[in-house]
Amino acid sequence: MGLATRTRIPEILREHRDELINEWTTDLAADRSQRPDLITPQETRQQASEFVSLLADALERTGPSDRMNGAWVPVRQHLESITRSRVQQGFTPSAVASFVLSFKRPLFEKLRSRVGADELANELWSATLLLDDLGLWTTEIYQKSREEIISRQQQEMLELSTPVVKLWDGILGLPMIGTLDSARTQVVMETLLQRIVETGSQIAIIDITGVPTVDTLVAQHLLKTVAAAHLMGTEVIISGVRPQIAQTIVHLGVDLGQVITKASLADAFALALQRSGLTVVSRDQKART
Amino acid sequence: MATASAERIPILRMGEFLLVSIQVDMHDRLALRLQDDLTEGITASSARGVLIDISSLEVVDSFIGRMLANIAAMSRILDAETVVVGMQPAVAITLVELGLSLSGVRTALNVERGMELLRASVARAERGPTVARDED
Repeated sequence: MGLATRTRIPEILREHRDELINEWTTDLAADRSQRPDLITPQETRQQASEFVSLLADALERTGPSDRMNGAWVPVRQHLESITRSRVQQGFTPSAVASFVLSFKRPLFEKLRSRVGADELANELWSATLLLDDLGLWTTEIYQKSREEIISRQQQEMLELSTPVVKLWDGILGLPMIGTLDSARTQVVMETLLQRIVETGSQIAIIDITGVPTVDTLVAQHLLKTVAAAHLMGTEVIISGVRPQIAQTIVHLGVDLGQVITKASLADAFALALQRSGLTVVSRDQKART
Repeated sequence: MATASAERIPILRMGEFLLVSIQVDMHDRLALRLQDDLTEGITASSARGVLIDISSLEVVDSFIGRMLANIAAMSRILDAETVVVGMQPAVAITLVELGLSLSGVRTALNVERGMELLRASVARAERGPTVARDED
């Protein structure tokens, strides 16, 4: 743009450093959205003074209009660490952005007293662009760190929702919870097969009580898991088929082939015990015989 | 290439069963040779069962998968039961993704279980249909 290549902002930042920081932190302390309960005034002051120093450095090395320049990396990194810590403390995005934006008032006042009327408009404009840009940067970082949290939670949920449990010697249970998609089926299949190898189990029960709907895709995923386990020499019983799901499977024309299905986990477990040559006998009955 | 063509997978005879343990990377020619050797071996020894151990097999393609299914089908024609044992999880997933569920092949987790299966099926066949009815 050219109009702001020469600016007196860094000079003002250097000369009135302490005054600017004092006014800025006073403004921040008065602002209820800055959560004085979560962050101490000393902390705020330290963050503010570091920001002012880094800002002055960056402005001296390069003009205010070239904000993608490498000279701005320290400023951006400083803001990033401030934002990330505030995200964890539970600040709102606007509160984080207004940390930067509230620097406008002290800076503008200094500009007004130090810069001549003919240059003032230009200086104000470049200062506004600069601080707006840095304010938006904090919002971007805010959103990014939130997205990181979401994707981490998704990963955790994926791990949580596919436990393979040992029901008996040689019998594994896999209670499935939530909708089955391709990514989850892959994880389920891999963990189940891995556990089969580890435990040498001959029977595995997949319980789908917690699966809300079974469509053709889900059925296909289930059949794949059963087929893979069968290839390794393990028999799979699918249990927890609710009446509604049985109807859906038939209406969709899904052919479950040779797969053994049971209405409840108890039925499946009874069958698994029977196949393993085991019986469950009540103590009374045992005493009588 | 001369060594590659001489290479073959050993077939061990154990009573009325034949044991095959695949411990090298299967390439297509080796697979075809195994198919030849095995069918001839079954006829020569009038074996009642074939056990194929693939626990060392890490990589499998559609050709090898089909070959396993073919060997099972051929053995059945020659009146020998085939059991494939020790398939690795990765191999099982690959075969399923390739659409090969090897429906005609019996499987077991390890050699011990595979032998149990073979013995049981041979014993069942020897008892004949009259005894089998009593099981119901």
